[in-house]
Amino acid sequence: MRAALAIFRKDLRIEWRTRESLSTLVVLSVLLVVSLAMAHDPTPTEAARLAPGILWATVIFTGVLVVQRSFLVEREHDCLATLLGAPIDPAAIYVGKALGMLVLLVAMQVVVVPLVSIMLRVPVWGVLPELAVVLGLGDLGFAGLATLFAAMTARLRVREMLLPILLLPLLTPVLIAGVKATEAVLEGGLPAAGEALGVLVAFDVIFVVAGGLLFPFVVRD
Amino acid sequence: MRAMRWLGLATTVLMTVSLYLIFVEVPTEREMGIVQRILYVHAPAAWAAYVCFVLVAVGSVAHLWRGSEHGDRVALAAGEVGVLMCTLNLVTGPIWARPIWGVWWTWDPRLTMTVIMWAIYVGYVMLRAFGRDDDGVARYAAVVGITGVLAIPVIRVSVRMLQGMHPAVTTTREGGSGMADPTMRLTLYLSGIAMVLLAAWLVMLRVRLEALHRSAAVLRRDIEYGLE
Repeated sequence: MRAALAIFRKDLRIEWRTRESLSTLVVLSVLLVVSLAMAHDPTPTEAARLAPGILWATVIFTGVLVVQRSFLVEREHDCLATLLGAPIDPAAIYVGKALGMLVLLVAMQVVVVPLVSIMLRVPVWGVLPELAVVLGLGDLGFAGLATLFAAMTARLRVREMLLPILLLPLLTPVLIAGVKATEAVLEGGLPAAGEALGVLVAFDVIFVVAGGLLFPFVVRD
Repeated sequence: MRAMRWLGLATTVLMTVSLYLIFVEVPTEREMGIVQRILYVHAPAAWAAYVCFVLVAVGSVAHLWRGSEHGDRVALAAGEVGVLMCTLNLVTGPIWARPIWGVWWTWDPRLTMTVIMWAIYVGYVMLRAFGRDDDGVARYAAVVGITGVLAIPVIRVSVRMLQGMHPAVTTTREGGSGMADPTMRLTLYLSGIAMVLLAAWLVMLRVRLEALHRSAAVLRRDIEYGLE
């Protein structure tokens, strides 16, 4: 666990010094929100109805693009090989990396949620804690699965193309349940989102555990 | 080899019987008419696809935990045949839906489920094809094969939150009436068995092809080194 935290801190420090992933994530997500909203050309009432879908599509698409970086950093100077040579459990690397991704996603949402709220006219202020729960659960599952796959595709020749193709269909539950839970929370609070939250929790548990178990097989040489 | 020949024979016989039942024997459905017969291909293809996808996971687990080469080949073969069966299901569905629902496609839970599942395994096959030169692609494919089968139940539950209209044919749950006519039931289940056998046979052929392919590659390398 200490090893995982050390890797997590290292990733955050790299990110803080360059701010490459974070700035890309934020700018890209703003662009996606704007593009998706423009494409629908909604009236004020439609806009509020579209908001959950636009929010989650943005989170997932930008997330898929950015998660790749987290392992490309390790490829330079063969850092991953050195990390694997260290006397730590490979699962610790997975946990550290996934935590880093989680923080990036949350940071991106700190910008995107207010933006969606203002541009698509959805009042989120009153349900902010509930919304945070929904987003947090979605982010956790996303980070868990995406980290596993990014570690894998980072080692392939055709990585940029394959990662979204492999990840997007597997992330369907996060997209559907995320949208349904957000809709429910905006209308009637957390209890109304029961079923969707259940799906998100199940997804998180399954893929964080599977990620931890399968990750050592991916990085083993 | 022996088992494969018997399986091929059984598949041929059963497929012929099933085609006879579908086109000659089975009564035409009262409301939908002739187009309903597509069900006897449509549903079996879906069942065969599910069997293949589970087989991908089984082969993947065998490869990851036991280092089984055979498991890897089975997973590869089942992935390809599964995509084929899933495609067959996705093509026959709209042909039936157009005259019955009036639309080729709707975002019904089952339809969404199938197209997502199809995408997962198309990705799997692409990974194997594109990653052919990379080391460890068998391991990566195994990871995808296992996560894929873990995702299927979660996706199934999540798509149920979408609005649905797909008929439940064989069950009386989900508002389905069940299938009343015994010949129809017989045709459906027999076609199902025939299709699963066909898939199994194709998988075995593909496994054998891959094994030959790999030993040919080894031989070719040996020859090249020998000549130098």
